[in-house]
Amino acid sequence: MYRETEILTRANQSTAHESEDSGDLVINVGPQHPATHGVLHLVITLNGETIKNVEPHLGYIHRSIEKMCESLTYRQFIYVTSRMDYLSAHINNQACALCVEKGLQVEVPQRAQVIRVLMAELTRIASHELWWGAMAMDLGAFTPFFHAFRERETINDIMEETCGARLTMNYMVPGGVMMDIHPHFQQRVKDFIQLYRKKIHEYDELVTGNIIFQNRMKGVGILSAEDAISYGCSGPVARGSGASCDTRKYYPYDAYNKVQFDEVLETGGDSFARYLVRVREMQQSINIIEQLIDNIPEGDFQAKTKAVLKLPKGEFYQRAETARGELGVYIISEGGTTPYRIKFRSPGFSNLSVLGHIARGCKIGDLIAMMGTLDLVIPDIDR
Amino acid sequence: MFIKNYIKNIFSAVKSLLVGMKRTLYYFTHHKEIITQQYPDNRDTLILPERFKGEVVMPHNENNEHRCTGCTACELACPNGSIKVITKFDISPDGKKKKAIDKLVYHLELCTMCNLCVEACPSDAIKMAQTFEHSVYDRNQLTKTLNNPGSKIMDGVE
Repeated sequence: MYRETEILTRANQSTAHESEDSGDLVINVGPQHPATHGVLHLVITLNGETIKNVEPHLGYIHRSIEKMCESLTYRQFIYVTSRMDYLSAHINNQACALCVEKGLQVEVPQRAQVIRVLMAELTRIASHELWWGAMAMDLGAFTPFFHAFRERETINDIMEETCGARLTMNYMVPGGVMMDIHPHFQQRVKDFIQLYRKKIHEYDELVTGNIIFQNRMKGVGILSAEDAISYGCSGPVARGSGASCDTRKYYPYDAYNKVQFDEVLETGGDSFARYLVRVREMQQSINIIEQLIDNIPEGDFQAKTKAVLKLPKGEFYQRAETARGELGVYIISEGGTTPYRIKFRSPGFSNLSVLGHIARGCKIGDLIAMMGTLDLVIPDIDR
Repeated sequence: MFIKNYIKNIFSAVKSLLVGMKRTLYYFTHHKEIITQQYPDNRDTLILPERFKGEVVMPHNENNEHRCTGCTACELACPNGSIKVITKFDISPDGKKKKAIDKLVYHLELCTMCNLCVEACPSDAIKMAQTFEHSVYDRNQLTKTLNNPGSKIMDGVE
């Protein structure tokens, strides 16, 4: 209790001050700070330039999505989840749709399953592209941001053509997908793959090989595999430490058991390992798309469901691998048209919790770089 | 040995920077690869895909007739309460009462473009339009009545 009050008073006082007893400096970063990628508030305790403690304060963008979902029907609540992790909106929707389907025991048509996987992998590439640009920008390089957005724009155009929106698509519905793919979809995706293959070497030339970038990333923010597991990290953060945790491999959903892909693992555990995991994951996503794009089965894009969906009484859980890690959707149903309780296990929350651990003992200049490699999306953490 | 490594490191570092600079210079001299769109200036040539979800509209034919029966399926499907269907009873020439819409009120300021109302509509009365420049100075202008004044239901739509 005392600790909490102390932190709050510290946070409420002016931007920087020295506490009387220890000579530590307390700095507030955020909630309005461009490097925190959203409204995240960090209270940093410094000894000179060395970080002693990082205390993330959350709640600035809490919209009570879980509570909102309780008053929406099983068709309606999916659209809200696009607003959690808006960079992998498709995968959030997919996880919710899968959870509802599990309760309804609906068989999703093969065509819908393949379309879902294609969309999810395109989203993953788009998300990692944005992260790559923002990561370089955190370290002071501005040009890579535009390079990343050039490729991401192509994906956004594909999404716009098929789903009708660029960011919050609401394309996955219980039973399949909302609309069939656009006639140009396959050609556009093939064009994108070609463009991507032509441009990917620029990423290494501009950023990966750069000596300044490497020196700032290597050996910084080291996270061991044991710590990654005990903090509940998932996604590229855990895989950068060598902890194998790809939900697509371990609990395959939709068409993931029909495609060949490797789980990207790095054993370094530092910022550079997490960077490499994401860059190589984009390559794996391209592989998955290439396997499926010519083999979209014919058939329905949506299973026949009742107009009013009612889940049987019980509890349902479904996990999905978003661009940031493992998203869990947990629905408790009382047998009605709306869920009794919904809980989302968001990957960003656990990944953020590790920040204090990896930043301790590092210099303050490296904090933003470490935060960048965690790939935080604040609305996903707060919900 | 230490000196050799030291000098080698310096050269590899300079090389890595030059490789990056080369890429930047390539784009500096190749203007054709720049893909920036001059947005407000290219309004006339800007084509949005036909599925783009801009706002909900109700198409009318040349006789000022629409296809809405007033079944309130869209109102029930909407997660935010953006749509309100106000019905009335028309009295047909042979004296029968028939349910019809008086107004279909649409709150653009609440709408999230989730497309659930369009999916729910059994008679294809509403669809998504490709407009996207919705900024106005007064928010009352965002509350719209979708059916035209004096419009009535198309023949043969039940």
